[in-house]
Parts: sequence; structure tokens; C-alpha cells
Amino acid sequence: MNLSWKWLADFVDLGNTDIQTYCDRMTLTGSKVEGYEILGAEIENVVVARIKKIVPHPDSDHLQICTMDVGKGEDVQIVTGAQNVFEGALVPAALPVAKLPGGVVIKPGKLRGVQSDGMLCSMGELGLSAHECPGKEENGILILDEEECAAHIGEDIRKVLMLDDTSVEFEITSNRPDCLSVIGLARESAVSFGKPWKLPAPAVKGCGGDVKNYLTVKNLAPDLCFRYAAKVIKNVRIAPSPRWLRMRLFAAGVRPINNIVDITNYVMLEYGQPMHAFDYAMLGGNTITVRRAAEGEPFRALDGSDHTLASSMLVIADGEKPCALAGVMGGENSEITAATNTVVFESACFSGPSVRVSAQKNGLRTESSARFEKGLDPENCLPALLRACELVELLDAGDVVDGVIDAYPAKPETVTLPFTPDRYNAFLGTNIAAEEMVKILTALDCRVEDGKIVVPSFRRDLACMNDIAEEIIRIYGYDKINATNICAETTRGGRSPAQAFRVAMESALLGMGLDEIQTFSFISPKNYTKIGIAQDDEAARSVVISNPLGEDTSVMRRTLLPSMLDVLIRNLNFQNENVRLFENGSVYIPSADEGELPFEGKRLALGMYGDVDFYTLKGVIENLLSVAGIENAVFTATVKDAAYHPGRSAHIRAGERVIGTMGQIHPTVAAAYGTDVPLFAAELDLDALFELRVAEKPYRPLPKYPAITRDFSLVCDEATEIGTIEAVLRKAGGKQTEDVRLFDIYRGPQVGEGKKSVSFRMTLRADDHTLTLEDAEKVSKKVVALLDRELGLSLRA
Amino acid sequence: MKELLEKIRAAALAEISDAAADVEQTRVRFLGKKGELTTVLRGMGALSPEDRPAMGQLANEVRTAIENAIAERMARQKERALAHRLEKEKLDVTMPGTPVRMGHQHPLTRVRREMEDVFIGMGFSIAEGPEVEYDYYNFQALNIPENHPARDTQDTFYISDKILLRSQTSPVQVRVMEKQKPPIRIISPGRVYRSDALDATHSPLFQQMEGLVVDKGITMSDLKGTLETFAKQMFGEETKIRFRPHHFPFTEPSAEVDVSCFACGGKGCRVCKGEGWIEILGAGMVHPFVLSNCGIDPEVYSGFAFGMGIERVAMKHYGIDDIRLFYENDERFLGQF
Repeated sequence: MNLSWKWLADFVDLGNTDIQTYCDRMTLTGSKVEGYEILGAEIENVVVARIKKIVPHPDSDHLQICTMDVGKGEDVQIVTGAQNVFEGALVPAALPVAKLPGGVVIKPGKLRGVQSDGMLCSMGELGLSAHECPGKEENGILILDEEECAAHIGEDIRKVLMLDDTSVEFEITSNRPDCLSVIGLARESAVSFGKPWKLPAPAVKGCGGDVKNYLTVKNLAPDLCFRYAAKVIKNVRIAPSPRWLRMRLFAAGVRPINNIVDITNYVMLEYGQPMHAFDYAMLGGNTITVRRAAEGEPFRALDGSDHTLASSMLVIADGEKPCALAGVMGGENSEITAATNTVVFESACFSGPSVRVSAQKNGLRTESSARFEKGLDPENCLPALLRACELVELLDAGDVVDGVIDAYPAKPETVTLPFTPDRYNAFLGTNIAAEEMVKILTALDCRVEDGKIVVPSFRRDLACMNDIAEEIIRIYGYDKINATNICAETTRGGRSPAQAFRVAMESALLGMGLDEIQTFSFISPKNYTKIGIAQDDEAARSVVISNPLGEDTSVMRRTLLPSMLDVLIRNLNFQNENVRLFENGSVYIPSADEGELPFEGKRLALGMYGDVDFYTLKGVIENLLSVAGIENAVFTATVKDAAYHPGRSAHIRAGERVIGTMGQIHPTVAAAYGTDVPLFAAELDLDALFELRVAEKPYRPLPKYPAITRDFSLVCDEATEIGTIEAVLRKAGGKQTEDVRLFDIYRGPQVGEGKKSVSFRMTLRADDHTLTLEDAEKVSKKVVALLDRELGLSLRA
Repeated sequence: MKELLEKIRAAALAEISDAAADVEQTRVRFLGKKGELTTVLRGMGALSPEDRPAMGQLANEVRTAIENAIAERMARQKERALAHRLEKEKLDVTMPGTPVRMGHQHPLTRVRREMEDVFIGMGFSIAEGPEVEYDYYNFQALNIPENHPARDTQDTFYISDKILLRSQTSPVQVRVMEKQKPPIRIISPGRVYRSDALDATHSPLFQQMEGLVVDKGITMSDLKGTLETFAKQMFGEETKIRFRPHHFPFTEPSAEVDVSCFACGGKGCRVCKGEGWIEILGAGMVHPFVLSNCGIDPEVYSGFAFGMGIERVAMKHYGIDDIRLFYENDERFLGQF
């Protein structure tokens, strides 16, 4: 809402309050000021001047030399290129050093050798358009009206053209449609500054006749139209509005059109009540019917756009056709034109949600719909309508027919609330005197009597104790609320075990030198195929956003892998070396029932490239498992995961449960992402890690007895997994196995093609006695026996 | 004999003081089993009993003198050797350290954890809720019915008529209040989604932290106190806060909350665009509609709620001017935190 500072002064006298103080105070009482604009601020030293004489420029066929009376007694010579000037014309003249909008500076100079001490201005050069200057030539010099300006030669053009206003931009919250008006803001201004304000009742003389002879109104949808009031103006004299009215609309950011249309806009801005003017001659059957549109009914709005209406939308129709989309926009068929002779002014109150849906579905958001959708006061219809008629008489734009049509089926009941000062104070934590509260509420037009507050009809947002408390405190001052500590039962704060676990996992990863990343939760569905998941695969079935910003953010991811790969590639492209990353994120697994919310699982993604290999990644994961206290996890070669290299990837299993997948990214997948650099990645199920964790690992006493080590070397097939042999050794040592570690692996001619020689060191220890050589010998024998029995392997000689 | 002893002393001391001489040889020469002094001492038996004590004393004096001189010389030598070694082992301390990998926490996580810890210190626990949420929790239960203009301020991503991507963390409040009776003191950090195209200051996904306190006798001044404590801990003891009236459908009274600019302390600078204040919070007293909707009697209980954008705090805190950097994850960016 843009408020004209001069317009405001019609209702409240703020004395010499300066604009900045005004804006700051209004913001602190709840009417947030976004900023203000002093309209003619960019204009300096432009005055009304009269052209006394014009002679052609000796060296130019389009320039003319004007001798100007600029009100200083001494004539000024100005060269102009405009052709619409004539001797005796009144024009705006910029006198050096002058300033014009857009940072233009006018200095004295020579134009083809002839001295020019200024510039004659067009409307555009003054920041105006044909809307503010009706009937004037847009491209030539602005020729000023004789009767308006003759007495003001030499005076500041801003004053004469009424460009000396300030427009204050308010951000009005959706609960305060009453403040989308000069009157509403005048009330707030008066309360904010403790000043009186006045709201004169409109006075209409009328010209006789009876509106009922012109028009009947039928309201067929009283659930969507709470009030429909109308008056008729005859002998309409369409003309431009006077300058003061045009410039007030200009300050409010509304384009002037003609007197009748301008009056409807003016009243909307002043009263907050949208109005509409119909050309009476175009209304068939002399009736107005407020009804729901027929399904598929066509409608052409006055901006020329075509719409197909639905039965959820309310229209204002004549005998047969819709003439307006209620509360949104009028129809082209009944628009006011230069030929209009009789006008019907509509001042109605429509249901907010209904107007909102109509506006949205037809893509027509207007100043009117923006007001209606917030819920307007039906009590405002009549004063606004009368004000419009008062302006018609003031502007001599037509003759107001007596009588008013007012279909008002159910006047809303007056809201009263108990006045409970102690409760307000207890709730706010303040100590405001009851009299002070009464003063504030009264100034806001609430009546306080007999322990009750009578809420004015335009404040439908005041409905409970909290609302009243807010009214009091916002005027009394939010800044006067003390800061206190909560006095209540103590609560045990902190992170839940699951939250603390996630923090611990993150800390471990940071400690291992991985950087944390965060990526969007939505991805392109194409990402699934990119990592080898077929489109129709269950693993690609995702939560789909019905109104996405674009395809690449259109589904909720069910794996973190594509985002991780994107980030790895981005870093490769930035030529960052040796990157190691992790993300702690969510995946969204759709439920079988579409009405149910998806399952949101926590995952951990790891990704790296550069000075790393499969085993670097595995080492990181082993450490994570160790931090989680999960000791039974094993890595098994993946059977099938198209994202990963088939020979360099593993599932991480705890018992039967797969808790993650890791490995080198499949070269084909890497190529799809545009790289041949080996990428390593893993995705772990963080929820599973949490469930399987051993939160408190028991302390193991330090060994009291010495350990014995034994080395075993054997030759096996290349395909034999180290993990399998290690498991056999562990089994052979039984309880006495403290550690089994691979310490050498050799491939070469001595062991033969397709074979490898592997050496393990086994550490044995008993916690109740010193192991003897015989004990160790027993284990060695068992190793030999088990290797033979389970793997068909024997030790190297 | 006396002369002989003095001679030995002089010779030995001379040799010891000769830097070129091997002190071990000197020791053997004079004090060894066949050394000169030993030999003289062995000859003591030939002396008359009356001369023996004096000569014995002298011989001992000479031995002690030689031994001390040798010890002293050895100590000096050791010292010199050590000095030499230290000199040889001198490093160029300006050479770079061997890189030890260190992970960097994402700045948003870092700021979020810091914020969480401040509230945990005040007895808050952390509540979580779904990001894919029912319209009911995101809007209706928060006093924003269908076709309410307040929905305009939050352009929402929809999954279906009834399911959406939450546009705020406030639905967590409702879920908590449905399950838990007062006293309630929670924060709910998390991702939220709004249909805003990505640019330097907008992102279709960002993170909020919401707070909720419900109990008997909770006042608006408690809200102010809590946020003031938060602001001071987060941004420094000198920080001030300012409440401006605002409207949120789920709180009444509502406020927008500014903190004094932590870059300039309130004088006005580039960070606060010359205003001295930075808006970081929305807050208010929980609307009775919301309370009773969750089965909490607003006649008995009251509460406050607040919410803020984590990116906004992080951007202001670190002076980051482009929100996209957070989700681009360039290691050169991440490595700075």
C-alpha cells in the first residue's frame, strides 16, 4: 500500500513530524514501512515559464531559439528542438543548474553556436506520463494550462504540478485489510502519534429520481456476497479528473484514466473498499444478478483477456451475461467509455476465499481482489458508495440519482470481548495501567464499557484475549516489555540418543579428514538412470513434486549417491585435488499408500577421489563401525549394484542386514558424469548403524599374561578372499585369538600364474595363564587342519 | 719424590689442557694401571714411615687434581659435542608442516550446532518432524486454512492435495504438542522448502530453526528474555534485540525480531545496510487456536514460539553474500570453515 502524505493530511494533522520519524514510529506500532519516495525529489530548478518569442536557429533547420519569461524580470534564452512550442505558451523550463529524474543535470551551453541557458521539458523528462497529463502531447514539450499556471510564472514546477508529495510504502499484513486504505492508516497514524483524527461523513446532494426505477439487484449467492450496494449516476460527463486527484492516484501508484474510473480507484484507496462502475446502457434487462458462474461460461475481462468460468466463481451478471468477475475485474462488455451516459456504481462485500480462488484460477490478481481476499467489512460498503457520489458531484462528473440499492441479507453481529486488564498484563509480563489500556483501545475505535470491549466491524481480526493484548502492547510499545527468564518447571534439554549418535558420526568423519557437504533433497529423476537404476525399478519410485521449479529438482531423492557424485564432479571441475567428502542427509521412500507420508531415512554418503583407493574408503568405514561399536560387520563383494565397479565394491553386512554399499564408482557411471578419474563412494544406512550400535562398550582389562605370535604363510588361488582365510584362522584360535593380521601378499613367478602367497601373523593370548609352547602348537595344528578341511589349503613349507 | 709428583701434576694438567690431546690417553698415561702416578704410588712403600703420610696426601691431591681436570675436560667435550649435534640438527622452521588431513564442518551445520547448543543450555530438547508433510500440519493446524491469503507468503511445493514439502518448521510444533503435554521446551531445526527460484538470496530449499515453549505462566517478556539470551550468546554480550509488531497466523501477539548489527554494533554499516539492525527472527505468543487444536487448554497454559533461518544467520555471521555457495560444496569454500 502506497500512501500519499498529502492525502493522509486530509484526516490527521501530524504537525511538523518529519517523514523519517513518521516511518520509524509506524513500523514500531505495527504498520511496517518499507520505504518512502519524495515524488519530485529528483527535480531541481524547474519553473513555470512563458515563451515570449521564437526565432529559428540560424544554423539548424529543426532548432528554435526561445526568449523566455521565467519570472525573474530578465529574459532567458533557451534553444529547443521541439516543434510543438509556440509564442505565448506556458512550459516547464529547467534553469541551470537544474536536475531532472534519472540524474540528468542541465547546465548552460551552446547549441550550434547559440547560447542556451536551460532546457524546456517534456512530461517524460519530469517523470510523468500521458496518464498524469491527459490531452497533452507525449513527445513534445509539456504545454501547461493557461488558467492553471498563468499566475505561477517563475514558481517551482513541482508545486504547480502537485509533484510535491511523498509516497510512503507500507507492508500491510494479511490480517489488516482495513489498513489497505488512507482512512485505516490515518487511524493508525493518529493512534501512533497520540493525535486526534477526523472522518467526515460524505454528503451527497442528489438530483432527484429513484434508483429503483433504473435497477433491480438479485443476490442468488448470499453465502459469497454478504452485501451488494449500488447507486446510479446519470448525465455522466466523462473527462479527465482534476490534477489534485490524478496526482494523488499517481502517488498511490495507480494510473489515472478518466473521472468515473478514477473515482472508483480513489474511493478504493481512501476507504479500502473496492468499487466498480458499470456502463448502465450495457446492462441488459436493467437488472444485476449476483450468482455463481455457469460451468464453462465465457467471460472477457476489461483488460481484454478471455476466461472460461467455473461454478466456484461468483459473477455479477445482467439479465443474461456476466458483466464482472465479482471482486476481481469488470467485463469488457460493460466498461466505461467516452460514450457512457449512465453509470452504476457497485460497492459490495464478497467472500474472501471465493474471490481468492476466482483471481487465482483466472490469473487475474488485482488491487480489488487483493483486498477482498483478506475479508472486508460489509459496513464499509455504504460510506464508500456515498463518498464516490460525493466526488461525482465535486468533480461535476454527472448527476447522482436519489436512493440506494442495498441488498444486505445478514448484518454480522457485533463482536464483544471481556476487558481483562490483569490477564493482559500477566500474559505480556507487563504492568500497564487499566486506564492506559482503555485509552489505547478507544483510540483504535474499540468501545470499552461495563467490562466489555465492543470491537468495531472493520476489525474482524480481534477475536480473543491475545488479539486485545497485542493491540495494547503494540501501541504501548514492544520495546517497553522487559526481558525476563522463564519461571516454570525445569526441563531436561539435550540431544536424543539418535541425534547424539549422528553428531558422533560426523565428528568421527571430520576427524578422519573428510569435509562435510550439504545438498538439495530433490533431484532429477534422470539421476536414477545415470547411476544404473532403471526408470521402472522400485528403487527409482520417488515422491514426486507436482509443481516443481524444474525437472532437475522434481523428485525427492531416495539415495544420496547422485548428489555426492555431482559434488565430486563439481570439485573436479574446480580442479580441487584430493577431495574427501561426506553428507549426513535424508532419503524419502514413498509409502505404498499415496495418502500416507513417505518414510524419511537418515543416510551417510561418503565420496572421494585423488590420493585414495578402495581401501582408504574401507578404512574410513571400519573406523566408523568401530566408533559405533559394531564389531560383527563384514564386507562382502556386491552381487549387483550397477553404480559400482563389479570387482571393487562391497556390501557392508551386519548379520543378514545390509547396512551399506561402498566401492569404486563404475567406470560407465563415472563416464556418464563426465570423468574417467576413479571415484570412490559409499552410502550407509545411518538409522541401521544407530540401531546396531553398542553405545557403551565395556572396558576390557589390560592383559596380565604375555602373548604368543605365530606366522602362517600359504599359497592360494587369486580368487580366494583374504577375509575367508582370516576367518578360518580366527576360528582355529578360538577364544585365544587376539588378532589376525595380513602382513604380506606376494604374486610372482615363484608362486605361479593365478596364485598369490599370503602371510598372516596371529596373536594368541589367554587371560588366565601364560600360553605355553604346547598351547601354541595346538593352535597351529588346528590351523593346518581347518585350512585343509574348509579351504583345501596347506601352509607353505 | 715430591718433585716427581709435582712434575706429574704439571705434565698431566698441561696435557689435559691441550685441546688436541686425547683425554682418554692422558688418563691411561697417568692414572692407568701402569700409569705414571700409579707407578709412583706403588713406590710409596719405599718411603720412610714419617714421609709416607705427607707424600700420600700429596699423591692423592695430585690424583684428585688430575681426575677433576679430566672430568671437567670430558664434560666440556660432551657439551661441545651436544652443541655440535644441535647445530647440525637445525631445521628450517619456515618450511611448511607435513599436511595432516582435517575435515571441515559445513558452515550451516556449524552455525546450527552453535544455535542448538545455546538452547540446549536453556533446557531445550531437539524435536524432529517429517519434511514431506501433511497440509494439515503445515497450514491448517497453524491457523492457516485453505485459501487463506497468508499462504501467499510461502509458495509451497505440493506432492498431492493433502501432502506437501513443509514450508516452515512450525508443523513440528503441532506434532510435539499433540504428543507431549506441557512443560514443552523444544527447538526444531531442519530443512524447509519454498517455490523460489535459486539466486543469490533465494533458495527453494533452506533451513530454519523453530522454538516452542509451553507451560503455565509463560509471558511475552519471557520470550524477550529467551531471545535476548540467545542473541547475546550467539552474537556477543553487547548484542541488543528489538521487537517489531508483525502478523503470523499461528502467534498472537507476533513480532519480527532484529538484533543489533554484530558487524558495526548498531552504528550502521554494509552488513546491516546502514540500519544498525538485522532482522533474523519471527516470534510470538502461541495462538490459542493452535493450542486448543492440539488439546492444550489456552485458559491454563500459554507459550511462545520463534523461528529463524539458519542460512540467514550464517550469511550475516560470516559475511557470505550468496546463498548458493552453501549447496555448491566447492571444497575451496568448505575448507574455510
